[in-house]
Amino acid sequence: MTYSWNWGVLVQDPYLQWLGWGLALTLAISLGALAIALSVGTAVGILRSSERAVLRAATGAYISLFRNIPLLLQMFLWFFVVPELLPEGAGRWLKRDLPYPEIVTAIIALGLFTSSRIAVQVSAGIDAVPRGQRMAAKAAGLSQLQAYRLVLLPQALRIIIPPLTSEILTIFKNSSVALTIGVYELTTQTQQIQSITYQGFEAFTAATILYLAIAMTVTVIMRAIERGVALPGTTSGGLHVRF
Amino acid sequence: MKHALSAAMGAVIATLALAPVAQAQSSDAVLDRIRAKGAISIGYRDASIPFSFVDAQGKPQGYSTDICLEVANTVKTALNLPDLQVKMVPVNLQNRIPLAANGTVDISCESAVNTIARQSQVDFSYPFFISHTRLLVKDKSGIGELKDLAGKVIALPINSVPERLIRSLIEKDKLNVRIVPVKDNAEGFLALSTDRVDAFATDDILLFGLRGKAPNPSDYKVVGAPLSYDYYGFLVQKNSTVFLSLVNATLSRMARDGRLQALYAKWFSPMGVPLSPDLETIFNVIAIPE
Repeated sequence: MTYSWNWGVLVQDPYLQWLGWGLALTLAISLGALAIALSVGTAVGILRSSERAVLRAATGAYISLFRNIPLLLQMFLWFFVVPELLPEGAGRWLKRDLPYPEIVTAIIALGLFTSSRIAVQVSAGIDAVPRGQRMAAKAAGLSQLQAYRLVLLPQALRIIIPPLTSEILTIFKNSSVALTIGVYELTTQTQQIQSITYQGFEAFTAATILYLAIAMTVTVIMRAIERGVALPGTTSGGLHVRF
Repeated sequence: MKHALSAAMGAVIATLALAPVAQAQSSDAVLDRIRAKGAISIGYRDASIPFSFVDAQGKPQGYSTDICLEVANTVKTALNLPDLQVKMVPVNLQNRIPLAANGTVDISCESAVNTIARQSQVDFSYPFFISHTRLLVKDKSGIGELKDLAGKVIALPINSVPERLIRSLIEKDKLNVRIVPVKDNAEGFLALSTDRVDAFATDDILLFGLRGKAPNPSDYKVVGAPLSYDYYGFLVQKNSTVFLSLVNATLSRMARDGRLQALYAKWFSPMGVPLSPDLETIFNVIAIPE
């Protein structure tokens, strides 16, 4: 293969700036989606562990819907199809008047997709808390809400930190799918640099290193959190965690 | 003396016997690869109408595809490979140049604009089409030029020549136009037909193709003065001059004997796009004699 390398392209104007903007947008989309995923996912996960059949069925349907459709398709459906299904005024607002519709859509689509996965983890975490804890909370006179807030959730959330770490890493990587609805995040900017300079390998190397740096940072932060909140004498004390 | 003569004769005979070796030297990476595989890999696109697209049966079709099948015939004859297979390989806007450069496709036959920057990674064949960047709008929109889009929204294909051109024009004239980047032409048309944008800009011939495939073609029109003058060429791995000359010779012969003009009529007349004087001149220029 005939390829002329030119690493200098990465620090050239405006390509360095493009990478910077791409990185910023990747972080913004991922963190926005993470906020949605954590709040919606935790709520759905808690309802999923409820003893009421109707709540379990409704949350089960939510999880199936968002977990079983590929993210790429969801992104596309939210962007192109949903505005057509809404009343004309609302659809038009989404398409024309909403600032940065593609970025907002990407955050919502990625957030809801990930929320279904986090919901499963949260409900599994609650199930993993020994049954006696729920009974003891009841016996101690705590209300349902208090039992969740004071007894079940604090333990469940500690249990799910390791799988949650993977999920957060995935959200950063999945943010690249926003490329398909025209968001200039890191991967799009990389392709743009390639398409103008034809120095694709250099640009993709830079993007790889940036994604890797994000992932390492997330891992370090999550490990610190895991150690910080660990309860003495439990498995979530970080004993099982290895690099 | 006699010995010297027979030695000379021997040398001549040896040279003649070795002629195939000499011929093999006038070869290059692409031809060697085609010979080794017994197949030529032709890159095609799924929705670059009418240059390279897949029909309802999923078969690659189009003006560029037809020309490249002729290229395959030329290669078959030139390399004396009667069993040469033709492999159609899908490519897209993002990967066609790397795939041509690394040899995954021997020739990318679609609608690639020849630019100086692209020439740093691949070589281009003779031009076989000229396009202009123009706008596709709704018939009733009243938009006629780029400047009419002030306060409106335009869709542009990500990482394309028209995208950079329109961006620079918008910046130069300080127009208040919002840009919605789209992944491909189908998404550009979807954005226009669902009123997400007021115009979609790319090569005019692709716009005519999109309009022709619309449920109601008369709802749309291609407007605006040509904003650029872009030649299409086939992409070939760099420094494969022998293969490239076979490709160009095919184009020359087809232009000379009228097959290129006939193919133009086959693909573009149904779209209502007559052969322009500019393109006719190009066809005359590339019709180099044997």
